[in-house]
Amino acid sequence: MLPAVIDSYTTALGLVGNPSSIHSQGQNAKRMLEEARESVAASVNADSVEVTFTSGGTEAVNLAVKGLFWARQGATPRPRILSTRAEHHATIDALEWLEQHEGAVIDWVPVSSTGRIDLAYLEAALADDVALVTTLWANNEVGTVQPIDAIVALASARGIPVHADAVSAYGYLPIDFHASGLAAMSISAHKIGGPVGIGALVIARSATVTPLVHGGNQQRSRSGTMDAAGSVAFGVAAAHIELDRVQPLRDRLIEGVRAAVPEAILRGDPAGRLPGNAHFTFPGCEGDSLLFLLDVAGFSVSTGSACQAGVPEASHVLLAMGLDEPTARGALRITLGHSTTAAEVDAFVAALPAAVARARTAGYADRETQLGH
Amino acid sequence: MKVLAAMSGGVDSAVAAARAVDAGHEVVGVHLALSRQPGTLRTGARGCCTIEDSMDAQRAANIIGIPYYVWDFSERFKLDVVDDFIAEYAAGRTPNPCMRCNERIKFAALLEKAVALGFDAVATGHYANIVTDAAGNRELHRASDAAKDQSYVLGVLTTEQLAHSMFPLGTTPSKAEVRAEAAQRGFSVASKPDSHDICFIPDGNTRGWLADKVGAEQGEILDRSGDVIGKHEGALAFTIGQRKGLNVGYPTDDGKPRFVLEIRPKTNEVVVGPREALALGELAGSKFSWAGLDPVASGFITGASDSFDCHVQVRAHSEPVPAVARLVPDAAGVTELVINPAEPIIGVSPGQTAVLYVGTRVLGQCTIARTVSAIPATVQP
Repeated sequence: MLPAVIDSYTTALGLVGNPSSIHSQGQNAKRMLEEARESVAASVNADSVEVTFTSGGTEAVNLAVKGLFWARQGATPRPRILSTRAEHHATIDALEWLEQHEGAVIDWVPVSSTGRIDLAYLEAALADDVALVTTLWANNEVGTVQPIDAIVALASARGIPVHADAVSAYGYLPIDFHASGLAAMSISAHKIGGPVGIGALVIARSATVTPLVHGGNQQRSRSGTMDAAGSVAFGVAAAHIELDRVQPLRDRLIEGVRAAVPEAILRGDPAGRLPGNAHFTFPGCEGDSLLFLLDVAGFSVSTGSACQAGVPEASHVLLAMGLDEPTARGALRITLGHSTTAAEVDAFVAALPAAVARARTAGYADRETQLGH
Repeated sequence: MKVLAAMSGGVDSAVAAARAVDAGHEVVGVHLALSRQPGTLRTGARGCCTIEDSMDAQRAANIIGIPYYVWDFSERFKLDVVDDFIAEYAAGRTPNPCMRCNERIKFAALLEKAVALGFDAVATGHYANIVTDAAGNRELHRASDAAKDQSYVLGVLTTEQLAHSMFPLGTTPSKAEVRAEAAQRGFSVASKPDSHDICFIPDGNTRGWLADKVGAEQGEILDRSGDVIGKHEGALAFTIGQRKGLNVGYPTDDGKPRFVLEIRPKTNEVVVGPREALALGELAGSKFSWAGLDPVASGFITGASDSFDCHVQVRAHSEPVPAVARLVPDAAGVTELVINPAEPIIGVSPGQTAVLYVGTRVLGQCTIARTVSAIPATVQP
């Protein structure tokens, strides 16, 4: 977190009352909260009234996907939802829950080998029985940016709302909510140097989202006492967003990795990708071996998506992109933050060949063993 | 040394990892993910395969102050342990999955990966000792605490595997001491119950689990002369030596209870007989290995057909029985390890492992392929 964010957070923790209270302390909290809401709204070009604070990205995604689905059920049933298998688990699991419990029918739109949504398939699949389209703005694992404008144009032509999970795009790509034509968009504070535990669903004025949580109606489509201090910190972080700082470093990293380990394969879209994201597969290596060796050498990288037990599984995103399981298990995602330096990138590139060579001798976890009898 | 501590989430492996650190080694904790769909919470007597267990292991690693990772061996575990367990039962044999896991996963797949990634040894919470002789050869010995001794399930380890193994709990006088040490170290798992069932069978109902995987069909129960004396609901539901649930009528001809003597999966038949018929005078198999030096090559046994005195143990916690063992090459050149216990051993199934001891030293092990009754049947079945 940025020092300015931490300062605002801790100061607010010492000051605030319940922003919904009418006494002056409550009104003060309300003022701080609404200023924060304005700051967050401004960071994505939305109106303040369109920003509903949530406990984070996952809640925002659940509220959007389930809330839009429910709100779209009326006299005419609209059971279908269009999405991709390369979504974050927050979306996939919410969709599967709707399928199992609410009679939703998920039409999984294919993605290309670089992770981009198949627009021709999407166009053909759009029909009056579709409740919503939900997609990542940019893929959190392989970095591929989705053609949001084209997706919204196709869906809007049929009056179908689109939700974008912009959690990993937020703070790294320019986001103009009003220009996007999205019905809803999920963002999270921790991706821009704010605290964990607060995010927002940006809900267009024209959209209706049925609440998940019922109670005091403190916000549009969400009940529950608002986290004023978290919102304040979120607002300060939103005011400090600096785009375009990491891309030159990311390019230096990709070039460095390709020169150091020529057999490494860059995954995701080579051009249309998140500026801080580099994602490779290393043939013959297990991602968790690489992760261990690089961690020991002082570099924090990740493999695919980690489940609750921290078990490195083959990434569902890579599988959706058509990779086989052994190839997908050799994945390494390197994310550059705003504080990453060129020296750190160079040190990483220098440490990589030895780690790859060693990981290759360890091979895949499913290979035949030599020890024993 | 660089040591990888295999941490199941139980008290033993946590204390073993801590002791490896105390001994001055550079230790990294690794939890093995063995199940593709791990349960969230520990149930019954299982103790290593749920998310709760993995979190317990991580908490212990945090307290010890060592790095911690989860490595996925679920695919190899399924192939080498679970599928093998099913196939062995389907063939009418009785495998020991814990032994198989030590042989193929912990001291093979894990150890190989550890060595490849730069580790010198794998430390586990097993109760057993490694003794190095004057010439530097490593021997596997029983643990100091006879009640907890786990040398039986480690009998499959080869010299090469022993060379990279470390058992920091082997010299502990009692498990109570390990629990006390865990409490003193602040491990939340200090009072966690021991696991003693098969980890991949959640409810501990092995028979039901097998029936589900292999299927169960009604078949016939025969006596030793081959006469049909009853029906059963699936041969795999029985175990050699079982007395209850045979449903063959009582009293029997001789007024004595009947025991399962043999399971014939191909014909789905179960053979029963009197208890004396369970007594075995010979156990033999050609799938054997030495833990440590080959006793023939090292001169412990002076000739290939020479017999040697030892003790044989057929279950993890059964009594060792004095025996004479010898290596017998057959016409095809396959050598069989033949074990003759001094007193008959009751109820051993093919597929079970016989571990041979000389004093506290584990000499080696043999998968029992063939048994000979101590008292021949009146009519051979």
